[in-house]
Amino acid sequence: MSSENTKLYFYPVWLRIWHAVNAIGIILLIITGFSLQSGIDSTFINFKLAVNIHNIAGITVAINYLLFFIGNFVTQNIKFYLIKPMGFIKRPMKQAYYYAFGMFRGMKAPYPLSEKRKFNPLQKYAYVGIMYVVVPIVIISGFALLFPEIIIEKVYTLSGVFLTAITHSAAGFFISIFLLIHLYVASIGKSPLENFKSIITGWHNIH
Amino acid sequence: MNKRLIFLIFLLYISSLDLKAQSVYDDAKNHVCLKCHSSQIISFHNEVIGKEQKKLMNPYYIIDTTGIKNGVHQNFDCTDCHSFEYSTYPHLANLKLEPMASCLDCHGGDPSYATYQFERIDEEFKKSVHFKVSGEDFTCGKCHSQHTYRPTARNSDNVMEIVEYSNSLCLSCHNDMNKYEMVAGHENPKLVQVHEWLPNQELHFKHVRCIECHTEVADSLMVSHNILSKDLAVRKCAECHNSDSRLKASLYKYTNLQNRSDGSVKSILSNESYVIGTQQFPLLKTLSIIIFFLTIAIMKKS
Repeated sequence: MSSENTKLYFYPVWLRIWHAVNAIGIILLIITGFSLQSGIDSTFINFKLAVNIHNIAGITVAINYLLFFIGNFVTQNIKFYLIKPMGFIKRPMKQAYYYAFGMFRGMKAPYPLSEKRKFNPLQKYAYVGIMYVVVPIVIISGFALLFPEIIIEKVYTLSGVFLTAITHSAAGFFISIFLLIHLYVASIGKSPLENFKSIITGWHNIH
Repeated sequence: MNKRLIFLIFLLYISSLDLKAQSVYDDAKNHVCLKCHSSQIISFHNEVIGKEQKKLMNPYYIIDTTGIKNGVHQNFDCTDCHSFEYSTYPHLANLKLEPMASCLDCHGGDPSYATYQFERIDEEFKKSVHFKVSGEDFTCGKCHSQHTYRPTARNSDNVMEIVEYSNSLCLSCHNDMNKYEMVAGHENPKLVQVHEWLPNQELHFKHVRCIECHTEVADSLMVSHNILSKDLAVRKCAECHNSDSRLKASLYKYTNLQNRSDGSVKSILSNESYVIGTQQFPLLKTLSIIIFFLTIAIMKKS
């Protein structure tokens, strides 16, 4: 057990490029998406501009998602996303307890990061949920809204476009909630900027 | 015996009532006008050559009997508006030259039609590009067929039906080379080309009425009748895609539609259209605000 810093090369170049493009894209999508959804037409961001930015950023993020998806399989990065059935509930609960109480009482992280473990259980669940469920939903529904003629006209009494739009904005909303938590959790550490530096340089400090 | 007689009389009375409720257009084949004007081929006795003869009916003079039965004038017989002399065939040549009654001839100044505001409609129409270009020749009937007209915007609770019906009025000329040229004196512009700038053109054409962008919205009128010239039409997306959308003063102002758009689950389930920027459901909005602040609160606490 060493108390001094160990540097691990956590984030390979392809992953950092993916993350950077994704970050900029998602932020643009959230801002324009919020503006479109709430019907704000200010001089700051007019409707037509918001639509154009949203479309371009959406397509970019969708293509970029393919890089993430394929990259995870080609490299070994996928192993960090595999959830073990053992301790399916117990493990993330332990981590949640640490975040809520333990962390402030000097408790040691129950699942310290290592070369083998890039994410703690809670992180892993959140990432799997976002990257393999919510993001695909937002991409598919976004693609449908980009070509509305492919959408089923009616599902019982509901309009297909209406359903797709609600799904798209709900998924978009959860992504923005995820982003908030993601940024917050990233700022927890020795110094608030440490993790942000890591995702740029690729090197992660293990304390 | 007496009781039976009374019952028989009663039955006869009921059946006669039923006959009264039927439209004069129900039995088109035996109707003096519709036996010819509801079919593509007419047969008649040609007295000049003394022979039975068949001819094709002018397609513009074929009457849609289903449409007429569902229209506002369903209780009128043909000769209530057209000259009685049309009952004979061949029709007299002069009959065609007689002026036809306009809407205001019957509906104008009549307090029983006050809710329909025919005079105001006429006033608005006189400001429109249709009147400016064609003057009095542009009668109400150019858009509103007296035969088949239905007040869809007033009665229907289905957005798509209102849109389709309203647009069919415009398209009956704007998508018909001959009819358009007869009124305008020049060829009709190709609608798909003219609207090329409009994103998701097909979706717009199906879900909003032409008049949404091509009229000046008049709050006090059910349907705005001041059709604007092309250069004055709405081109700015945010006029509709905005929380203060002009659609709220046009297509979505009808109480028959609003009954189901109070933001409740029921209204969400019966909604048939979606406009980015205008559709905000209080339920989902509240839910998202709660989730947002809950997240912030949890983060702040930890």
